[in-house]
Amino acid sequence: MTEASSKKCPVVLMTRIRLARNLSDTPFPGWAKTPQRKDVLETCLPAVASLSQMKRGITAEVEELSDLEKQILVERHLISHELSSSPEKAGVVISKDQSVSVMINEEDHLRIQVIKSGYRFKQAWNSVTGVDTALEDELDYAFSSQIGFLTACPTNVGTGMRASAMMHLPALVISNQMEKVVRAVNQLGIAVRGLFGEGSDASGSIFQISNQTTLGESEQEIIKRLSSVLRTIIDQEMNAREKILEKDPNKLFDKIGRAYGILQNSHLLTSSECMNLASLVRFGVDLEMFPEKTRNVVDRMFIECQPGHIQHHAGKAIDSDERDAFRSQYLRDQFESINKPVFTIQENRPQEKQPEVERPEEPKE
Amino acid sequence: MAKPLKCDLCDESATVHLTQIVNNQIHKIDLCESCAEQKGITDPNGYSLADLLVKPGEESDEPIEMAAGGLVCDECGYTQREFKKTGRLGCEGCYDTFAALLSPALAGMHKGERHKGKVPARAVERKTYEDRLNSLEGDLKLAIKEEYYEDAARMRDEILELKKSIDQEESE
Repeated sequence: MTEASSKKCPVVLMTRIRLARNLSDTPFPGWAKTPQRKDVLETCLPAVASLSQMKRGITAEVEELSDLEKQILVERHLISHELSSSPEKAGVVISKDQSVSVMINEEDHLRIQVIKSGYRFKQAWNSVTGVDTALEDELDYAFSSQIGFLTACPTNVGTGMRASAMMHLPALVISNQMEKVVRAVNQLGIAVRGLFGEGSDASGSIFQISNQTTLGESEQEIIKRLSSVLRTIIDQEMNAREKILEKDPNKLFDKIGRAYGILQNSHLLTSSECMNLASLVRFGVDLEMFPEKTRNVVDRMFIECQPGHIQHHAGKAIDSDERDAFRSQYLRDQFESINKPVFTIQENRPQEKQPEVERPEEPKE
Repeated sequence: MAKPLKCDLCDESATVHLTQIVNNQIHKIDLCESCAEQKGITDPNGYSLADLLVKPGEESDEPIEMAAGGLVCDECGYTQREFKKTGRLGCEGCYDTFAALLSPALAGMHKGERHKGKVPARAVERKTYEDRLNSLEGDLKLAIKEEYYEDAARMRDEILELKKSIDQEESE
């Protein structure tokens, strides 16, 4: 994430859109026999790999990947858990910049995904629809004019699109308002999940917020509806931040100060604790208690402190105790040069900037 | 504000609420986070609606209303029982096979019943060709049966022409 983009919208970490597509005249992957899955893989893998968007990217059959490689791809959101544990004849193609990934023989024959940092649905949509259109030139999609793209699960039929934003909502979590938010948005057909889909009390106060319905609205309508919910959540988060700072700044300073102390001095850190500490420091960056460049360190922490990445850094497979030691060592090094937080914020804290919601012009990536 | 609801499966307070309309009947399900997770609702890979509509204890042999009849997809052999078990379908043909079960379910889980989004140009073209071909073949049979041989010959030529253009399209 560039400093400029994250400063403009501190709440949204990244935007993701995925499209589910299937080939005509072939059973969906979950019901297909091995030879049929093989045919699909052999048809789709080269078709996807030869797209201009995938130039110099990575093409792999899942069976060829090591467990660690699969884990790293899952932690980077480039493949799903389902694909990583897929029995056979599944594949993935990832673009060189890792913003586009296409999974083959996941729940559907094709899952086309685009990830953009920050709050950028327009760019994500343009990119994903470009890949989709180019693929449709090569492959025959299963499509009905009545109910749209036909998917293995009827919950995806229609557009086959799931658009989501990864949001950092520390103030809503600290003030126990997340449950209320989840309840309210669920009623609007919007789903809330944790960073890796593990339920709503997600570590790191990071939530994936996405559309639940795919039929009856165009992609643009779905994104518009989702965006308006996201804007409301951003406002709620900003209000919660104001309130915490007004009512009990010491409680927040204590949390952030302790997080900093632990990151500089601890010798054993689990990934879940690490996520919560990163979240507090990120909150501190938003409040200008830490210099802006610290944001890059913590945003990387959310991914690099996951078990697969820690083992990748360590250069070998290590067990969970060793990982906790290695992780804390890595963070001590990272935080050694970061100055202690400035706690004088409440006196002349600048007005919280309104996040810019959808920027019309895309600066160079 | 609405009063807090209890989870349908345990006594925790419910935070996940689903409303579905199946066969014109409204089903409301309220779950706490952990039960929702167990049932796979928080699973990003989707969840089985059929599973949720079946209360514990009435699974397997006790079919829910929409599962009566036991349809089988003639394109891929997928069964209604399988659909009930997984909430997923076997192939594109299943959407026709299980249409009667699906359409009320789709209406309940989505914002509408008709696709309003992106239309893939080639798939639509192919569909139009196929529809035209099917209707011509039907007409041809009828024409032969009724002994309209001149019309039948014209239709036969048109079918051949259509097939040729489909082949050409595919080989391009």
